[in-house]
Amino acid sequence: MYHLVMSRRILSSCILVLQATNQRLCSSNGGLHPKIPRKPTWKEINSTNLPKEPVIDEQTIQRLERLALVDFNNVAGIQRLTEAIKLADQIQMVDTTGVEPLDSVLEDRTLYLREDEVTEGNCAEEILQNAAKTCEEYFVAPPGNIPLPPKPVARYDGHQSDEQDCS
Amino acid sequence: MAAPTLEIKTLGLGLRLSSKGASNRLTNRSLRILFTRASRCKTTSTMLRPRLSKDSSAWESVIGLELHAQIASKSKLFSASKVQFMAPPNSLVSHFDAALPGTLPVLNKRCVEAGVITAIALSCHINKRSLFDRKHYFYADLPSGYQITQQRVPIATDGQLTFTLFDEKRRHDPTRHRVRIKQIQLEQDSGKSLHDDVNHETLVDLNRAGVGLMEIVTEPDLSSALEAAAMVRELQLILQCIGTCDGRMDQGSLRVDANVSVNRPGDPPGVRAEIKNINSIRFVKNAIDFEIARQTELLENGMEVSAETRSYDLKLGETVPMRDKEGKQDYRFMPEPNLPPLILYDNATIHTASDARSVVNIDEVRGRLPELPEAKRQRLVKDYGIRLDSAVKLVNEDGLVNFFEAVISEDRERDPKKVVNWLETELLKSLNDHDLPVFKSPMDPTKLGELHDLMTKGAISANIGKKLMAEIFQGDSRPITQIINEKGWAQITDRQELNQLCEQVLKKDQALVDSYKSGNTRVINRLMGEVQKMTQGRADPVITRDILTDKMTR
Repeated sequence: MYHLVMSRRILSSCILVLQATNQRLCSSNGGLHPKIPRKPTWKEINSTNLPKEPVIDEQTIQRLERLALVDFNNVAGIQRLTEAIKLADQIQMVDTTGVEPLDSVLEDRTLYLREDEVTEGNCAEEILQNAAKTCEEYFVAPPGNIPLPPKPVARYDGHQSDEQDCS
Repeated sequence: MAAPTLEIKTLGLGLRLSSKGASNRLTNRSLRILFTRASRCKTTSTMLRPRLSKDSSAWESVIGLELHAQIASKSKLFSASKVQFMAPPNSLVSHFDAALPGTLPVLNKRCVEAGVITAIALSCHINKRSLFDRKHYFYADLPSGYQITQQRVPIATDGQLTFTLFDEKRRHDPTRHRVRIKQIQLEQDSGKSLHDDVNHETLVDLNRAGVGLMEIVTEPDLSSALEAAAMVRELQLILQCIGTCDGRMDQGSLRVDANVSVNRPGDPPGVRAEIKNINSIRFVKNAIDFEIARQTELLENGMEVSAETRSYDLKLGETVPMRDKEGKQDYRFMPEPNLPPLILYDNATIHTASDARSVVNIDEVRGRLPELPEAKRQRLVKDYGIRLDSAVKLVNEDGLVNFFEAVISEDRERDPKKVVNWLETELLKSLNDHDLPVFKSPMDPTKLGELHDLMTKGAISANIGKKLMAEIFQGDSRPITQIINEKGWAQITDRQELNQLCEQVLKKDQALVDSYKSGNTRVINRLMGEVQKMTQGRADPVITRDILTDKMTR
């Protein structure tokens, strides 16, 4: 639910482009970094420039359910997914021409290299405590990857709006 | 109540393990088979081939390999748990290996160095900045649901490997081949699954999960199964020589995937099939040979080759389709957020490193590169005047080059060709029969040198030499001369004694003497045989022949 409410509120108006600022800090601004703006600023997004609202097909839903092992095959679930995609699509409005992708904010840090010494392991009992089923110090899993049985997919056409179906 | 089930399971596992043991023996043999018994391999695999129609020669095959080499390190790639084959299940698993939340990868310096030195040995371009990525797939022996690998910027690219292909029957000259290495990437190994078909369960052992691998990818530069097998063998020798991988294919430390396609000459390469996880050099050859024949047959019958993953079934001697993993896999690659880029330094840049001890200096690693197998062969040929195929055999057997050089360096007068000949036939045969590696040979270089000298001097015959070798391998550790004296094996070189023996023989077989005198000089061999029979092969052949000839022509 949290996700849904969040995305709605943002969608209905606009997105914050610059730093979200704290009311209390802004009002005084005394002693604060000069780059912190006094008031929140934002830029309107022309919703006609946004990509079309996605239609999620049956295959995609089944595949996502399988990958995430999450059951969301109902109207509310698909609606939530659609909203999430719409929210993420707004980022396409940002012009990134000539900007190198950043993998991680730690990119300029040295990757620490460990000496090749054995200091871990030998804790099979502890590790196996997490298993639902074990046998002779082995984890027991189902045989191979078994595809989930297909089931009918719920439909969400984007206009059913507020119908809640959280069964 | 539970006891019987457990017993069955244990039995099932035991069977699987012992079948692994069996393939172990096969593989050990197969290492030698490649160069020494290539012809036999060929007949085996042609027998397994589907029958080919008339002009199968009008097809070309294109082969590229992906090899997974387990890095010989004490601890895993990103965790400090131990790397060991056949440890009790799940005893070598850290919290990180089990993908417990909150754990982070810490890269092993030794694994990075292994990647660098392998890259140098394969003449690769080394990326001074490489990146780690996550490759996602869902399987029980991959607890985190992704493998950390190097997809975008691997540690090394653009290398090459050259190898020599010998025609065992010596009908053709050896041919040199070059394979381009596309890239080397560091990545994690997965755990192991044991499939219990009786109980419909998978038993998961995470001991191997997170062990460092080098994935070595070649360009599709190979054109036959024999070339592919020879290339794998050469790579195996190089990795063992530089110590970055023990190369034990039977234990899974070196695994091969082969991409195979066939096409008409002049046409672009055909649709390729991938054969996964081939675990011996002999199977590399057999699997690819089979696959080429299978695809050729399909195409000749107007059918299409499907782009699929296959595995090699050793019982059938065929490649079979693998159970499809839900169509085309989407690995959802993404940058590994927990690892900054891996920066490598050289002598020129090492001063910029924040802590010179915990970084890898390419130039320093380069200085540790030992003499590679090909350089060693060339040196043996040049320095000792032995044949190239002898040099190949010496280098093929771990420790044999050192053994050979020890024998020669003890006495420079010894003939390298004769020593090599004795090593590659008698010593290797005895080692094989007793299933011993060179360094455990009861026959050490000093003893072998002594044996060689005794034979050269004519103090013992070559046959006795072989008998002595057998005695020593049976565990007789006394000095060689003592064994010879005790057994009365010394060659009879005393002219008088031999004279008497020859007279006895000649008296017995007057018919043969007459035959000789009438011009049939070859009967002397029969007479020689008689003398050797009387002396249990100890009569000096040169003197004996001399005496016999002398007596009969008088």
